[in-house]
Amino acid sequence: MQAFVEHTGVVIPIDRRNVDTDAIVPKQYLKKIDKQGFGAHLFDDERYLDAGDVDTPLMERRPNPEFVLNRPPYDRGSVLLAQANFGCGSSREHAVWALQDFGIRVVIAPSFGEIFHDNCFNNGVLPIALPQEPVDELFRLCEEAPEQALTVDLREQQLAWGRWQWDFLVDPGRREALLVGLDDIGITLERAHIIEQYEDKRRREEPWLF
Amino acid sequence: MTGQTLYDKLWNRHVVDILPGGEALLYIDRHLIHEVSSPQAFASLREKHRPVWRPAANMAVPDHAVPTRNRSLGVAGIRDTLARQQVRRLEDNCRDLRIPLIDLTDQRQGIVHVVGPEQGLTLPGITLVCGDSHTSTHGALATLSMGIGTSEVEHVLATQTLRARKLKTLRVRFDGELEEGVTAKDMVLAMIGRLGTAGATGYAIEYAGDTVGALSVEARMTLCNMSIEAGARAGMVAYDAVTEDYVRGRPGAPRGRDWDSAVVRWRELVSDPTARFDREEVFDAGKLAPQVTWGTSPEMVVPVTGRVPALDELKADQDRVSLERALTYMGLEPGQALEGLPLDRIFIGSCTNARIEDLRQVASLVRGRRLSPRIKQAIIVPGSGLVRLQAEREGLAGIFERAGFEWRDAGCSMCLGMNDDRLSPGERCAATSNRNFEGRQGKGGRTHLMSPAMAAAAALTGVITDVRGL
Repeated sequence: MQAFVEHTGVVIPIDRRNVDTDAIVPKQYLKKIDKQGFGAHLFDDERYLDAGDVDTPLMERRPNPEFVLNRPPYDRGSVLLAQANFGCGSSREHAVWALQDFGIRVVIAPSFGEIFHDNCFNNGVLPIALPQEPVDELFRLCEEAPEQALTVDLREQQLAWGRWQWDFLVDPGRREALLVGLDDIGITLERAHIIEQYEDKRRREEPWLF
Repeated sequence: MTGQTLYDKLWNRHVVDILPGGEALLYIDRHLIHEVSSPQAFASLREKHRPVWRPAANMAVPDHAVPTRNRSLGVAGIRDTLARQQVRRLEDNCRDLRIPLIDLTDQRQGIVHVVGPEQGLTLPGITLVCGDSHTSTHGALATLSMGIGTSEVEHVLATQTLRARKLKTLRVRFDGELEEGVTAKDMVLAMIGRLGTAGATGYAIEYAGDTVGALSVEARMTLCNMSIEAGARAGMVAYDAVTEDYVRGRPGAPRGRDWDSAVVRWRELVSDPTARFDREEVFDAGKLAPQVTWGTSPEMVVPVTGRVPALDELKADQDRVSLERALTYMGLEPGQALEGLPLDRIFIGSCTNARIEDLRQVASLVRGRRLSPRIKQAIIVPGSGLVRLQAEREGLAGIFERAGFEWRDAGCSMCLGMNDDRLSPGERCAATSNRNFEGRQGKGGRTHLMSPAMAAAAALTGVITDVRGL
């Protein structure tokens, strides 16, 4: 997993709640069997005026000039700012692959869909839950100075935007893993003998499950 | 002394270890796999030369992107090149890694959440995960079942465990007798309407109360299925005689002496009378009317007799923003009544409502009647090949076809529109599925979620209709 220590980037504002993973990456792209190229389809339904499919050449797509990701400076943004319950709905990890492939390293919102939240950590994308007030403040600031970048420091668990600062909290286990870019599966497998012992016990108790 | 909730019991039985960061390593008894959320997990395992921990603990079935017509050719009959490649990849991965697979030509094929319980793979007291958010369905059999992402699919394949933090507990009680024409779908939609789509985030829901006790296991699956639409990763119902009858004799169920010892263990799968929940919500089920969603989130729901909210009923700015956006997308006016709203298509299917009892309910309403000429297309997609077979044996398929419905093969179909079954821009659909998000059933498509009975009524009249008056 890609490590995350500190990141500075332009903030992309998406000022609505309940942004679901169907909106982040629509179903037709889920037929791919690798993790590459999803960035071009991030928010596909809103980002293009035509209905694309996996095999539609990008050159032929008609970008929606109104949509935030198609407008500078947001087209090179790397921090997404949204309202409550971002990433709700479908468990599709493709949503995180799309954010990541577009270049987004941080997502800030008052709350997240739970599965999406876990998927972010597992891909080195940092989800930050902030109270409503600072989120609204950030929306206002970003509107005033869209070019101003936000700095996210995971070690200090601090956000800095100009002279503004906010603290945030990340699950200690998740934070540790992100800072070092740990391989979750490798760490779990260090406990293989404990899993085997547990399995032996369960096999005796509930043999019909094995 | 404070007792344990059902969730506590399931959790405690499965904790293998506590990791330094405080997360638990939870043992996973069953892992269900489908074609869409697994290929990248298998590829990554292979890249790191990691074996599958216990192949027999897994079961795979293609369902998301499969066609619901012309299935005799199996995978070769999938016209969409990428979907075909994806299903092939699932088959190859399962064969190479000795993971049990129910393939497209197998009569048991179907939606993963219908197949698991049907085959007795979902047994009381287990932990079950799947790379699909509606895995909460399996909680109907007193299990801890959760949707996971692809990285977690890989973790489970490699270690048979999941890293997890304990959830808070929410008991949702339904008491009273449901009115004729009101179903488990209406119960769960009403709950989502009250809690909101993030209302249960961070919680495991236990559905309880005498209404839930009187529901069949299939109806309990409908309830648990939509827990995720209120934000809860898991939903569950305690074990009782209804559960026991459902499980007995299923292919994967224990037999003989194993059955006897299993039942002794399973009977403990209830919340203790002294158990304390972090939160409780109570509903009078006797007062519930059939529910219909009007907007683009399952929380945007009202009784069929109700109206779309008027703008002045809203306080927060955020609510107003979402409401206006949803109304524009859905082509509705503030304060508009839902009854009588004209529809273009009907979709009866999905892991929420495509089991045999759902189909029986639809058949009882459409028997001897015809679809409204206003309806362009009405499809019924059974949850599995076995549900399809059963419906044919009972004569339901004939009733559907004579009424003008298309009778399809099993799969997720128009619930998410990964195959050819989707809405065109602006089309309005009565659907028995679980999500009405923008574009969910096709770009620009407008979805109204409701029960199978309500969808059947809508099919006959061509407009949103209160099934109680049909």
